[in-house]
Amino acid sequence: MAVVFEKPKSLTDNVLHYCPGCTHGIVHRLVAEVIDELGIEGRTIGIAPVGCSVMAYDYFTVDMVEAAHGRAPAVATGVKRSDPSKIVFTYQGDGDLASIGMCETVHSAARGENITIIFINNAIYGMTGGQMAPTSLPGQVTQTSPYGRNTETQGFPIRVCELLSELDGPAYLERVTVNNVKNVRNAKKAIKKAFQNQIDGKGFSLVEVLSSCPTNWGMTPQKALEWIDEKMIPYYPLGVYRDKDGENNG
Amino acid sequence: MADHQIIIAGFGGQGLLFSGKVLAYAGLAEDRQLSWLPSYGPEMRGGTANCTVILSDEPIGSPIVDHPNVVMVMNNPSLDKYENMVAPGGKLFIDSALISRKVERDDIDVYYIPATQLAKDMGAPTLANMILLGAIVKETGCVSPEHLEEGLRHAVPARHADLIDLNLQAIEIGKNYTKA
Amino acid sequence: MQEKVLMKGNEALAEAAILAGCRHYFGYPITPQTEVAAYMSKKMPKIGGVFLQAESEIAAINMVYGVAATGKRAMTSSSSPGIALKCEGISYLAGSDLPALIVNVQRGGPGLGGIQPSQSDYFLATRGPGHGDFHVIVLAPASVQEMADMTIKGFELADKYRMPCMLLADGTMGQMMEPVVLPDPVEIDNTPKDWAVTGTECKREHHIVNSLYLSPKKLEDINLERYERYKKIEEEECLWEEFMMEDAEICIVSCGITARVSRNAILEARKQGIKVGMIRPITLWPFPKKPLLAAADKVKSFISVELNMGQMKEDIELAIRCKKPVYGCTRVGGMITTVDDILASIKEAEKGEE
Repeated sequence: MAVVFEKPKSLTDNVLHYCPGCTHGIVHRLVAEVIDELGIEGRTIGIAPVGCSVMAYDYFTVDMVEAAHGRAPAVATGVKRSDPSKIVFTYQGDGDLASIGMCETVHSAARGENITIIFINNAIYGMTGGQMAPTSLPGQVTQTSPYGRNTETQGFPIRVCELLSELDGPAYLERVTVNNVKNVRNAKKAIKKAFQNQIDGKGFSLVEVLSSCPTNWGMTPQKALEWIDEKMIPYYPLGVYRDKDGENNG
Repeated sequence: MADHQIIIAGFGGQGLLFSGKVLAYAGLAEDRQLSWLPSYGPEMRGGTANCTVILSDEPIGSPIVDHPNVVMVMNNPSLDKYENMVAPGGKLFIDSALISRKVERDDIDVYYIPATQLAKDMGAPTLANMILLGAIVKETGCVSPEHLEEGLRHAVPARHADLIDLNLQAIEIGKNYTKA
Repeated sequence: MQEKVLMKGNEALAEAAILAGCRHYFGYPITPQTEVAAYMSKKMPKIGGVFLQAESEIAAINMVYGVAATGKRAMTSSSSPGIALKCEGISYLAGSDLPALIVNVQRGGPGLGGIQPSQSDYFLATRGPGHGDFHVIVLAPASVQEMADMTIKGFELADKYRMPCMLLADGTMGQMMEPVVLPDPVEIDNTPKDWAVTGTECKREHHIVNSLYLSPKKLEDINLERYERYKKIEEEECLWEEFMMEDAEICIVSCGITARVSRNAILEARKQGIKVGMIRPITLWPFPKKPLLAAADKVKSFISVELNMGQMKEDIELAIRCKKPVYGCTRVGGMITTVDDILASIKEAEKGEE
């Protein structure tokens, strides 16, 4: 019997702990498929963050390091500098990457560190139960913005790709989402490019993935995917923000 | 026991730490026990700076000296600070071109040397420190003249090697000047 | 055996780290240890090593964590306020059982404090610098030679016990020059560690470097295992030096620069007929409790000479089980105890005054 669908080799058999409808699972799978397809499983080292994906080290079959909150790009820098022939990626959420770890994010980008960052932006702190994130939208209700994010007192969301695109360092910055089949396919292309860039020595590549958090957004999974279209994409436009290859700029 | 506890003090930029290094390298060449301890921090830029050099035949305990037996000062605040710290019988070397007042103590040997003026006269105004160093080596015998030269060659960075001869001339001027 | 050279303490430790096989240094400028970074930035590119000026102390220690996770020797250096920032990363190193060398050339505190020498991070270093139950091995050099030797020792101990090690120096040790004989380059064992992340090559199960254990029982077991190791270290790795202790009636306990000043004070006191000796702890953790306890049966009293408000004094009292009085001779803020300060304390102890 022909196998028409199987689990990527780079994913372990562990059952993911993510909530029903959460898109972390999709992104994990895309990363694993890319690692398989590029044939780099044996030389890839992943850095897990603090946040919902803290246990990513249990889900990928590659060597993994668990970093302190926000420090994944610094840890990745150490791992990569220790052996530049290894493929090093971080997998980070918005609180980790754009709040507590913003300094490490910006500076690893500015250095053009030859690493790959997968950035999950779901506009909320999921692991701790739904607090306001640096990427929560204006007016968004969260546990710590119960009256809606008030931009006068709580400031504005941070558009990471746009911010990093001001730097000379990054090789590749793209924002994608995974809320429908077409977008999932695009996301995979972007993730693959972000890894291929590292293999080719092109430097810092970051893919921002707009993701859903039905549990903490208080929505059904289906509604959450729609919310990405309706609310997130207008604030966080999809597209390529930097591509040193000069391809796909748009 | 030959034990020289030397403090060199003045303004940052007068080459004080360098003078101390020359002595330290000379001590190394003589295979003496030695330590070199600088003041450090923002006060080094234009403020007071000093370094302590100990040259000894015995293992050195503290690199910090409370009662030096050799002191070289190149500004008024340093004279004010160190005059009373000099051990009785010690020697105090003063750049009299920069410090006009006289020392009040009579239990130490004081050498007034217009080093900054002498340095200007020889066309090398930044070498007053080396003139004083020449005087110190002559009057205290803390290191031999040969080893002082060797120390100088070690302490001068390679990119300034062309200045060694001028430094040696300054040292010579200091050696020939001193009168108590 | 290499020839005798004149070096600053900061430079000697940097060179020693290179001789110890360390090829990865991450730092951030702060007085009075900046010479370490300057030295590394000059040397590392010439020997195929990595020098990286990190964006912060926090980033620097996490880069060290990254290299350590791959099983290679890595180090960072800083001074007190910067070390406070590194504490998070040190805790993660300890929690992930990773070796690394952290150099702390201490300055006065708290807060921004000052830039002059201090020993006020004694508690911070010896009580586990960071959150959670852990220790780091703490080495306190008292000469430029020891700055070099202890750096090598630090890497060795860190590797042997898979834990971070801190070289706890002070501004004086960092800034002073003394003749030093640098050790020969250390042969390091390059066989891949059975825990390091080096890529699976699809030949083995993946390695995970991690300090997260959501099962309380598992986390307890791991802590207990770690403390078994600590117990062994306390039994086997204590280092100290005794000076004129044979007939001493008063025992000075001091490390680093104050041990140097104490040595002068002891010679002076003996000229005056007072029998003083010194036990100089070289490892501050593990603290040399045994020789102190043994001395407690012989001497009348102890004096803790230190550049803080009496932090090590507490360890002495614990070590000697409060059998004898422990006097304090302390200066802080960047002031350094003088021979006269110590002599005054010796006389106080001689009289038995409280």
